[in-house]
Amino acid sequence: MKVVLSYAPAAHDESKNVSWAQVIWKGNNMRYAETGFNLEIDLSRGNIERVETDPRDTELYLGGLGTNAKILWDRVPPEVEPFSPDNLLIFSTGLLCGTPATGCNRTIVSTLSPQTRLMAFSMMGGFWAPELKYAGYDKVILRGKSPDLVYLWINNDKVEIRDASHLRGKGAVETAELIRQELNEPKAQVAAIGLAGENRVYFASIEQGRSSASRAGIGAVMGDKGLKAIVVRGTKDINIARPAEFIGLCNEVLKYIKFRNENPIPGVMPILAGLGSPQEMKVHDEKWHTENFAWGNSRVRRKEFWNEEIAKDWMETMETMRTRLISCYNCPMTCGATMSPPGLPTYMMKCFSKLTYTMAAFSDLQFGLGIAQSATEYGVDAFSAPQVMAFALELYENGILTDEDFPGMPSDNEGRFYWLLDRIVRREGIGDVLANGTYWAAKEIGKGAEEYAHNNIKKHEQLPLKLGMLNPIYFLMYATGEKINITQIEGQFPQAPFPTREEREAFVKDWFQIPDEKFKQYFLDWELRGEKSIPYYPTPEMCCDIVDWQERMHYIDDALGMCAGLSSFPLKPPYHIHNYPKFISAAAGIDMDEEKLTQAIKRYRTLVRANNTRRGMRRKDEKPPEDHWRKRFPELEEKLLDTYYKFKGWNNQGIPTKESLHELGLDYVFEDFEKRGIYSDNGDTPSEETSAEKEKE
Amino acid sequence: MGEKKKKIIKTVKVDADKCNGCRACEVACSAFHSTPKYSGNNPARSRIQVIRHPLKDIYIPVFAGEYTSAECMGRDKYVIDGKEYEECAFCRASCPSRDLFKEPDSGLPLKCDMCESDPDLEEPLCVQWCLADALTYEEREEEVEEEVAQEELEIGLESLAHKYGLEKIMDAVARMSMKD
Repeated sequence: MKVVLSYAPAAHDESKNVSWAQVIWKGNNMRYAETGFNLEIDLSRGNIERVETDPRDTELYLGGLGTNAKILWDRVPPEVEPFSPDNLLIFSTGLLCGTPATGCNRTIVSTLSPQTRLMAFSMMGGFWAPELKYAGYDKVILRGKSPDLVYLWINNDKVEIRDASHLRGKGAVETAELIRQELNEPKAQVAAIGLAGENRVYFASIEQGRSSASRAGIGAVMGDKGLKAIVVRGTKDINIARPAEFIGLCNEVLKYIKFRNENPIPGVMPILAGLGSPQEMKVHDEKWHTENFAWGNSRVRRKEFWNEEIAKDWMETMETMRTRLISCYNCPMTCGATMSPPGLPTYMMKCFSKLTYTMAAFSDLQFGLGIAQSATEYGVDAFSAPQVMAFALELYENGILTDEDFPGMPSDNEGRFYWLLDRIVRREGIGDVLANGTYWAAKEIGKGAEEYAHNNIKKHEQLPLKLGMLNPIYFLMYATGEKINITQIEGQFPQAPFPTREEREAFVKDWFQIPDEKFKQYFLDWELRGEKSIPYYPTPEMCCDIVDWQERMHYIDDALGMCAGLSSFPLKPPYHIHNYPKFISAAAGIDMDEEKLTQAIKRYRTLVRANNTRRGMRRKDEKPPEDHWRKRFPELEEKLLDTYYKFKGWNNQGIPTKESLHELGLDYVFEDFEKRGIYSDNGDTPSEETSAEKEKE
Repeated sequence: MGEKKKKIIKTVKVDADKCNGCRACEVACSAFHSTPKYSGNNPARSRIQVIRHPLKDIYIPVFAGEYTSAECMGRDKYVIDGKEYEECAFCRASCPSRDLFKEPDSGLPLKCDMCESDPDLEEPLCVQWCLADALTYEEREEEVEEEVAQEELEIGLESLAHKYGLEKIMDAVARMSMKD
C-alpha cells in the first residue's frame, strides 16, 4: 500500500536550472522512531514525491536493509541491469536512526552492484541518516537518470534537484564543502561521489562525514544516475513511543560502554579487545596486521616485518598527520581521525584503510596516508582500489601487461600507484579496463590474467588474508555472506580458541550476550590443537549455530542503522539479542520479543538471498578464494555447506525452499521462483559481460 | 555595606580539545527538554550546539545564553593556535544573525537551564552523555556581597538634580513612593 500525498505544483526556474516541489503536509498518523515517509525521486523526469509507507512493512522487515530488500524485490526484477534507469538506488536510514540510541547513525545504501551484478548493500556511519530522519524521511529512493549532473537538496519539506555541472570532477570531500558554502548551510550533511563515481568505476564509493559506503561499487550507480550528491538538513522531531523505558535502555548501554572501555578483553589482540571498529587510528602497534595480512596483490606474508625502527617511524608519521580522533553521530567511540598529510588537504580516515595502500605498494605509512587523501577525494573503496593497482603491476612484472599498456608510468613503486589511481578514476588507457575491478579486468585482458585475480568472492575483492589451516566457521561466512565482506559477517564469537581452559572459563563468565547457553560450551571445548580443534571442531552443526548468530547480529544492525562497532563486530558488545527487542518496542511501539525479532531478521535475510537467487547466484558462487587457506578439506567443505544450507532452509543450490519461504510469509517469493523456473536451474552462469556492455545492448 | 550571601555557581567546563564532534550532548539535551520528557529527539531544539568544522579541526560546544534582539554591529575573527574562529563560534546568544538556539518551528529563543528539574539530575544530561569528557560539571560555592552601590546612586542623583533642580527630583521621589 502506498499513498502519494499531494504537492504544490512543481515549479521550474530556468535561470537557475532548479526544479523544486514544496511538499504539503496532509495529516499524519503518529509514527514512532520512523517518520513513515519516503522520498521518491525520478531523476529522468525531475519528479519528486513524498510517499507514505505501510507500517505493516516495519513490523515484517523493520527498516534499513530489511525494507530496502523488500523494495528491490518488488520493483527491480532480475532483467534490470545495474546501469539501467530502472535500477533503484536507495539511501535508507535504519529504524532507530535519529533516536537517542547511542551509535545508531548508519545509512544503508542498496542497489544492484555493477561489479558483482548482485544486490549491494553497503553502509556508512557519519551524520547523514539522522539528519534525513529529522528532515522527515526514512529513505530516499532514486530511479531514472538525470541528463545533466545534479545534486539533491533536501531541506525539511523543501526538496530540490539542483544543477551540479560546476561540481563535475571535484573531489568528494571538496564537493561537500562547496555545497555547504553555496547553500550557506554549515549544518547540512552531504553524501557525495568523486571522480570515480562520476566515471562509473566499479569500486567507486560514496563519501560522507567521516565515513563512506564503499563496497560493491554503489558510487558508480550514483554516477550513472547523474547524481553528484545528496544534501540534507532537517529540524523536525523523531518521536519515541515509550520515552521513560527507552531512555533507561540508552543509559544502560552508555554505562556498559564505559565499563567495556575500562575493561578490555584479555587474551585477544588490542584492536579486538575493546568496542568500536578496530581502533586503527589509535593503535600504533601494527605487528599483527603487517605480519598476518598479505602484501602486494594479496600475495606475500612478511613474517619478520615489524621491528622497533618501523614502529617508531610509523608512530611518528601517524602523530604528525593525525589532528584529532573523531566520532560519528551520537557515539563516544573515536574510530576515525582527521588526517593532515604535509602539503595535502585534510581528510578523514577510519579503520583498515590506514594500511591497505601501504601494504599493496610494499611501502610505508607515510605513503599510505598520503595516497589515501587522493583516494578519498576520488571516492574509491580502500579494499578494492589498492588490490586492483597491485594486480596491474603484477601483470606487468609477469609480462601479461607490457610497457605499451603503461605509457609514461613512473619507475618507482609509489609513483606507479599514484599514476594508476589517476588512470583508473579517469578511465584512461589501461585504467579503463582496471576500473572494472580485478575480475572483469582479468577477463578482458586474458592471456592468463585470471590467475592473478585470485582474491575475489562473487567477483569482488576481499581482505588480503592468506592463512594456513581451513577454519570451518570462516569458511561458511566467506562462502555464504551476501555483503561479501568478512568484517560484515564476523564478530561475537572469538576468532580463535584461547590457549587454556582457565582463560576460556574466565571469558564465558560474563558472556551474557549469547543467544543460548550452548555457545559457552562450544567455546569452552574449543582447543588450539588436538581432537577439538579446527578444521573438525566446531562441528558443522555447531558452525551453523555460530555463523547464524554472528550473521543475525549484522542483519539487525543493518535494519536498525546501528554501527557494527557497538554491536555485531566486537566481542561482548552493549547491544545484543536480549536488549534489541526492548529497544525496538520502546522506540517504535512495535510489539517485539527475541523470537519475533529473530523471525523478522530471517525474513529479510532470506529476501536478500531471494534477490540474488533471482539474479543467478548459486552454490558455485559460494566459495572463498582457492588460496585463502593452504590446507583445504574439500569433503568437509561440502559437508559444511550442505549442513548450513539445510539449517537455513535452503536447498542444495542455496535457494530458499518452498517450506521455509512459506514459514516466513514469503509465499510471493516462491511463486516468483516457480514462474521463473528457478528451482530447476542448477546454476548456469548468469552473465559474463560487464555491466557497461550489458547496458549498450 | 551590604550583607554577605552564599551562592552555588553551576559550571560546565568545556574542554574543546577533547570534543570528538559526536553531538551526543545535542541528542541528550533535546530529548530531556521534550514534552513529555524523552518523548522526542531533535538536535535543532538543543540548548547546546557543537560548532563543528572537522576539516579545520574546530569543535566548540556552546550553551544557549541570553536572547538578543539585535545582532552585533561587527563580526570579529579570532585566530587561536593557528585556527581561525568566527567570534560567533563562542557566542551564547540567541540572535537574529543565526538559527542557533531557537525553536525550529516557532523561532522562540532557547536557553540552557542546566537541566533543572524535580527531582534534580546529578549533572546536566549533556555532561552525563559526554563520554569524551569534553564537558565536565562543577559546582562551586561563592560568597557574594549584596551591596548597594551607594556612590553610583549619589552620582546619578546629583546629575539629575543638576539638570532638573533638586526640588523636582524630591517631588518625583515623593510621588513614586506614594504609588507603592
